[in-house]
Amino acid sequence: MSGNMNLTIKVWRQKNIQSRGVFETVKLSDISPDMSFLEMLDVMNEQLMRENKEAFAFDHDCREGICGMCSLVINGLPHGPDNLITVCQLHMRKFKDGDTIVVEPWRAAAFPVIRDCAVDRSAFDRIIQAGGFVSISTGNAPPANTVLVPKADSERAFDAAACIGCGACVASCKNASAMLFVAAKVSHLSYLPQGKPEKQKRVLSMVEQMDKEGFGNCTNLYECEASCPKGISVEFIAKMNREYLCSSALYAERVYSTEG
Amino acid sequence: MKLESNIPGGPIAEKWTRHKFELKLVNPANKRKFTVIVVGTGLAGASAAASLGELGYNVKAFCIQDSPRRAHSIAAQGGTNAAHNYPNDGDSVYRLFYDTVKGGDFRAREANVHRLAECSNLIIDHCVGQGVPFGREYGGLLDNRSFGGAQVSRTFYARGQTGQQLLLGAYQSMMRQVAKGTVKMFPRREMLDLVLVDGKARGIVVRNLISGELECHEADAVCLATGGYGNVFYLSTNAKGSNVSAIWRAHKKGALFANPCYTQIHPTCIPVTGDHQSKLTLMSESLRNDGRVWVPRNADDPRKPSDIPEAERYYFLEEKYPSFGNLVPRDVASRNAKMVCDEGLGVGGSKRAVFLDFADAIKRLGENGVSARYGNLFQMYEKITDENPYKTPMRIYPASHYTMGGLWVDYNLMSTIPGCFVLGEANFSDHGANRLGASALMQGLADGYFVIPYTIGGYFASSKLDKVNSSQAEFVDAAKSSKAQIDRLLSINGKKTVTEFHRELGHVMWDNVGMGRNKTGLEKAISEVPALRDEFWKNVKVPGDNASFNQNLESAMRLADLLEFGELLARDALYREESCGGHFREEHQTPEGEAMRDDEKFCHVAAWEWKGDNKKHDLSKEDLKFEYAHLMTRSYK
Repeated sequence: MSGNMNLTIKVWRQKNIQSRGVFETVKLSDISPDMSFLEMLDVMNEQLMRENKEAFAFDHDCREGICGMCSLVINGLPHGPDNLITVCQLHMRKFKDGDTIVVEPWRAAAFPVIRDCAVDRSAFDRIIQAGGFVSISTGNAPPANTVLVPKADSERAFDAAACIGCGACVASCKNASAMLFVAAKVSHLSYLPQGKPEKQKRVLSMVEQMDKEGFGNCTNLYECEASCPKGISVEFIAKMNREYLCSSALYAERVYSTEG
Repeated sequence: MKLESNIPGGPIAEKWTRHKFELKLVNPANKRKFTVIVVGTGLAGASAAASLGELGYNVKAFCIQDSPRRAHSIAAQGGTNAAHNYPNDGDSVYRLFYDTVKGGDFRAREANVHRLAECSNLIIDHCVGQGVPFGREYGGLLDNRSFGGAQVSRTFYARGQTGQQLLLGAYQSMMRQVAKGTVKMFPRREMLDLVLVDGKARGIVVRNLISGELECHEADAVCLATGGYGNVFYLSTNAKGSNVSAIWRAHKKGALFANPCYTQIHPTCIPVTGDHQSKLTLMSESLRNDGRVWVPRNADDPRKPSDIPEAERYYFLEEKYPSFGNLVPRDVASRNAKMVCDEGLGVGGSKRAVFLDFADAIKRLGENGVSARYGNLFQMYEKITDENPYKTPMRIYPASHYTMGGLWVDYNLMSTIPGCFVLGEANFSDHGANRLGASALMQGLADGYFVIPYTIGGYFASSKLDKVNSSQAEFVDAAKSSKAQIDRLLSINGKKTVTEFHRELGHVMWDNVGMGRNKTGLEKAISEVPALRDEFWKNVKVPGDNASFNQNLESAMRLADLLEFGELLARDALYREESCGGHFREEHQTPEGEAMRDDEKFCHVAAWEWKGDNKKHDLSKEDLKFEYAHLMTRSYK
């Protein structure tokens, strides 16, 4: 289907982490308002390749807002100018004929650029590795209904567990803080009885890893919540801070080991 | 080739227990001496890597995404089945087994399906233990819902994001093993070849997608958990990166490919709007619980849907299937939507859509009631189409969703290559010709958590595995031929892009090998796909080089495999002169248009063997026996 929008796209081009990046300007015509933003970029890439240029690199996979792979800052906003969605769910009807659209990568020291707008988010995996799990091996589980979980706790846990690990929270924060991501996992597991035994150790290890990765600290601007495609609340950051404080003082193994 | 399914003896309910006892064990202290490669980190791969790591094996896990958490299992919405019978409505392991065999239209292996049903309850127990936030009742107990037309409530769910929560559970367990050092994770790596030494799978060649470097990894066994091949239709509900490459390359090294023509077309997807379309979005089939499917009785009715009187609406599912109505299985619902569109009754700009109408549900439950059940789906629909489904009916059309065929495996999940195991959607074994709703997550996790940890031990304990080294000839040669393919792709410098070729392949496959298949169409596909493949190798344009992050090169390599595979899919569909489950041959239907199986001639698995480039595949058959779920005609009238 032919469209009716003419657009100017300024995309971030960077060969790799060693090179310097620049904006490249591409003119597009005949863009349909029914296209998704990524389909518009597909059209742009086809045009670039026909001109014997290399395609613009960006991460994407499921294109339905759940895998967390797509990661573009559009006109200064992570995931673009719509609420509670990822870039792949953004549609061109949110833009006007004649618009100039600026497309940049997630910018954070802990997310080095791989190429153009594809970045390395393995820091998130290492934070999960530090304690974002319940220590249960296959075969250990008791029958499911022997542990009761109040519905309200389960729902709160789910609100936190809805995080897709995209990193928009980091990209939107002037400190490049990962507090919302870490708080979501800490809260998800500590609301549930299954996660309680390791609660103190978990929050201490995950925060320690977060700091090691070079993410900044939280200064309560709430940009993370505003840009989160899943609407994760900053209240979880407050919960994590309380847990961190209590655990720092009370975590049994640490107390005993310093005494010993 | 003679196919040994290795199904254990004894009554069906005792086979798995007996087999677990009979499998030889690997001493705990010896487990760390064995290295297992796991390719793919979806539900099957991540759960396998975690469980094998927990047992003490040395695991290397690979995925193409930037993080293992992004595998496409994450997109599953509805739920996962288990036979716990918590609602006291008559469910049992046997009933789940029976429903799955019947739903698969009697083309699955009974023993495997029974084992799957047995494992279903363990999965729920384990995932709850991991902290998966399943839906609960106010008393704190787990909630269940009925799904996909099942007559018992056996589906466990986590809002509309069950796949995501189960995958994160498996991913977190795997990352715990990464921290312990039993699992080593290799993200952004794509498997290019399976390496055989003395006839056994002993490693893989992967491409580092960031640097382009080819790496060889040796192991004592290789597990492929790389998902399905729905992207052969170009437009599908699969992720853009989903592909057939890993299993296809294993196939070319000797693993037989079983029943490739069993593909599932999901009825409730958002219709195509134009050529720019890059993927299709599925909406949970739970919508069919309250939505009514219809088209106007008069073609090209210009009125607004709400202005069309009841008498002029054709509720085709309710009329044809009075007892199941809108809840008929996926294959039946999809085929009927196609039939009414073929008759010219379709709606929307493309005329390839039918209405899914919630007006009655809104009258009955109120907008708030409908929103409580489907709010997130309605919001998603509105974001994509810019139409408000509370005011005007949704438009839906079927799309390629899941593939039941895959590499042939025996009861131990081992392919015809010793040491090469295949898990989850990538294998063929449990869903027959049609998968029931909420069974895919169950199968992926059963294979990874509860089957492979036992059967791989049996393989190690009974095989002689000499040391191999990734610098030996078999590895070097495999890497060389992968490199040659990359160089060839980069040197063509033709005129058409990878996407243009992929779209063309999709059109050929969807039009001729999609929901309705006939001899003429299939023969057309069998001549057009190889022609397109030849053109691809002469005229594709892949800009850039190998020594960098080059997404076009990745897509080109995946498409090269789909262009070979598509032909086999069509050949298998032509061979299978019957209609069963998702495979509908127009020549084989009842006067009412229902699928007609031919149990005399086709009660078997068709497993195809690669014989070389542009050579015909050889066919081997595994006969299927139905000793418990007796052969009968599915009827949803």
